[in-house]
Amino acid sequence: MKVTITVNGNQVAAEVADRTLLVHFLREVANLTATNVGCDSTSCGACTVLMKGPGEAGGGKSVKSCTVLAAQADGCEVTTVEGLADGSGQMHPVQAAFHAEHGLQCGFCTPGMVMAAVSLLDENPAPTEEEVRSALEGNLCRCTGYHNIVRAVLAAAPAASERRSA
Amino acid sequence: MSILGTRVVRTEDPRLLTAGGTYVDDLRVPELADAARVTFVRSPVAHARITGMDAGAARQAPGVLAVLTIQDMDDLTPPPPPEPGSEVPEGAPLPIGGLWSEPLLAVDRVRYVGEPVAMVITGDGYQGEDAAELVSVDYEPLPAVIGVGGALGTGTLLFDGTDSNVPVTSGEASDNAIFDGCDVVVEQTIVNQRLAPMPMEGRAAAARIEDGKLTYWVSTQNAQITRFILAGALGMDPATIRVITPDVGGGFGAKVGIDRDAILIAWAARKTGRALRWVETRSENLVGMTHGRAQEQTVKIGGTRDGRVLAYRLDVVQDTGAYPRMSGFLPFLTKLMAVGPYDIANVQTKSRVVVTNTTPISAYRGAGRPEATAAIERAMDLFAAEAGVDPAEVRRKNLVPPDRFPYSTPTGATYDTGDYVTALDKVLEAAGYAGLRAEQQRRRERGDVLQLGIGLSSYVEITAADAAAGETARLAVHGDGTATVYTGSSAHGQGHHTAWAMLVQAELGIPMADVTVIHGDTDLIPEGIGTYGSRSLQLGGVAVHNAALDVKDQARRVAADMLEAAEADLELDADSGTWQVRGDPGTGRTWADVATHAGEDGLVAYVQYAGGGATFPFGSHVAVAEVDTETGKARLIRHVTVDDAGIVVNPVLAEGQRHGGIAQGVAQALLEEMMYDADGNPLTGTLADYAAITAAELPSFELVTSETPTDINPLGVKGIGEAGTIGSTPAVQNAVVDAVSHLGVRHIEMPTTPARVWAAISAATHNGEASR
Repeated sequence: MKVTITVNGNQVAAEVADRTLLVHFLREVANLTATNVGCDSTSCGACTVLMKGPGEAGGGKSVKSCTVLAAQADGCEVTTVEGLADGSGQMHPVQAAFHAEHGLQCGFCTPGMVMAAVSLLDENPAPTEEEVRSALEGNLCRCTGYHNIVRAVLAAAPAASERRSA
Repeated sequence: MSILGTRVVRTEDPRLLTAGGTYVDDLRVPELADAARVTFVRSPVAHARITGMDAGAARQAPGVLAVLTIQDMDDLTPPPPPEPGSEVPEGAPLPIGGLWSEPLLAVDRVRYVGEPVAMVITGDGYQGEDAAELVSVDYEPLPAVIGVGGALGTGTLLFDGTDSNVPVTSGEASDNAIFDGCDVVVEQTIVNQRLAPMPMEGRAAAARIEDGKLTYWVSTQNAQITRFILAGALGMDPATIRVITPDVGGGFGAKVGIDRDAILIAWAARKTGRALRWVETRSENLVGMTHGRAQEQTVKIGGTRDGRVLAYRLDVVQDTGAYPRMSGFLPFLTKLMAVGPYDIANVQTKSRVVVTNTTPISAYRGAGRPEATAAIERAMDLFAAEAGVDPAEVRRKNLVPPDRFPYSTPTGATYDTGDYVTALDKVLEAAGYAGLRAEQQRRRERGDVLQLGIGLSSYVEITAADAAAGETARLAVHGDGTATVYTGSSAHGQGHHTAWAMLVQAELGIPMADVTVIHGDTDLIPEGIGTYGSRSLQLGGVAVHNAALDVKDQARRVAADMLEAAEADLELDADSGTWQVRGDPGTGRTWADVATHAGEDGLVAYVQYAGGGATFPFGSHVAVAEVDTETGKARLIRHVTVDDAGIVVNPVLAEGQRHGGIAQGVAQALLEEMMYDADGNPLTGTLADYAAITAAELPSFELVTSETPTDINPLGVKGIGEAGTIGSTPAVQNAVVDAVSHLGVRHIEMPTTPARVWAAISAATHNGEASR
């Protein structure tokens, strides 16, 4: 079937097999390989992206792109970590905080983790540590012990708020 | 001021954060533009004879380019026949081979669920999964041998020609005389359960052969070892193989070298003449990638009533899974480190390695040492409880005192440097130990549902155990003043690129931003070992440091020539990176000046550093757990650690290693276990079932700084990659037991799940009632 998805502001249209997963559409069709596949049971969150339906407000809600068919995203806007920095290449506050707080090691979970964190701060601009930990429960990281990821999200909260209201 | 020891954020991160890494599945290089996908057909049964296979339907399926089975493997020289009666060498970290050999594709028998049986090659991955389902294999089931008890107690043998399921036995642990004179003696069996290493990126490889040269991209910790393995397995000259490691999404020991699945990708590329790519699914990963731990231990500990330990025995049975890979070696490390940081006069160790119909066991973060620490730390607590002495006091009484270093253990290790008592005292102070005990007492008196447990662990571990194998570094300073480091070490998240650039800047004054670090390409770096056993900084880092010293000497000679001055009169201002005649800034020459004067390849140093031997990091952990006595649910609420790995080059990176290590240890203590049923079916074969630890189950960690240098290497550094795991696992387990010890519980196996904790409380309470 034919699917048209706006990925990071660019319209990508392609004829794909019905069963094509959104994550494979992003990786193989849109050729955006930052979004990783870390499991096959919707458990790890490595493939987390933001998705916004036609006419919806805001920056989109986080979805696990391994559990969304490309067909379900037809007509939607999707943001991956490649589309998070602003036009001048300035990192999003969450990306900058992950860097400053050493919130990543091997980097494999990072794109999904960052997108989940962006979505969390969108819904809860000033979370407590406990709320951050609870909100990231669906995103696995094997390297960091989550310690610096949690610190990064807490540190990013004020700047992320500012950016949304700007 | 030197940059060493300062908090430097990673140079690796901006790329990983904005564009994502380039893992094997992300490679868009022209050589792989037409790469086909490999999907494995894996055994669905634990133990069976293969009596037939029909790939006809699969070969007709859409998109199928080839199906390869053992029948196609006519281009490989079979391994030499086993030598009858040959001894298995102890302490060699290699597959045992001989009668216990592991094939690449199953020949006529499968020995674990997940064993590779055939390969389907298709245009895309979806087609591969469909076609793999169509390969029909006839399995004639054999009884499955599961668990240590199964391996030792059954008449079923995994390997023809053998007379048991025990390929290696070592040591003796039956002389009870060592416990003579002990007032207090405790014995306990302990299960150190099987774990899935589960790096976020599973195994992956891609291969292409062109003009007789194999280019092989792989997710590994060791490019050069991989080349060696491929050359041996495929009968190729190593010079005709180029191994490239792109970004690697975690390894934790399970990506040391490559295993049979990954070798098969190179073989199939050669066989079919096609570029191929294989990226395993998580469900494949959980049964196909090696598992870790899987020991059953019996400990016996004895000493005086006032808490001095006099004798210790550790009897280990290592479940090695279906084929003895590196796990033949793991109990050797467990026994070496059996006595931990304690001065115990009489120590006995014994180990047996058994084969079972399960996924093979290999290294996992700590690889044999967490098992040793778990055993002795549980034993210390059991002994303390029996003697009625506080566990902190028992530890303090038995730790090797600081004036005894270098300290030779009864098991043959020589601990280089340490101050174990100070580490313990520091962590107790940071945790507020006395206050915690008081709070625990209050809750016990009130009979609270949420009881408090305080768990201790003091540890010492061995890093760079194979220091003699060394590591390489090549450093070149270019005419534009920039530098390139080629390291034999290998990065998969640790921050090598940042740390190596810091070492260059510290010695040469070339800014980190001008230092490029390259690893994992055997055409550029033919010699190297890579990363495991917490060896990188103390071998690979020292090699970089020594290469910088060498380049500095070369540059001094060149600058002397330029400035027509005596070499002895020249100095390098390491802050600005300029050479000058001492006290005369006007003579300043930049690295670009000097390198240009030296000419192409003028300032280049190559170092193979083999070091002064292994080092022994140490520390103490305090875990604080809350246990709900009604549900058995245990929750870690604080974790405080001293982890001393000598001099710290970059606290940001060292802390990151500790955090990650601690979390994996907590995961073993509380949650994770790779389980099989009696027929050898994995019960935790997907991430929906395997209880990988999440952010919600962990507190933030409280790290205490401690740096006791080693004199083994010029940087004074030890390894930090595995220490967190080694220290945290028993601390958390001890905390959970401690929370309910007043109810009569003396031991709970890991993972301390609600079901286990509840059952332990229930059993202890009933026993108590029965005896009243």
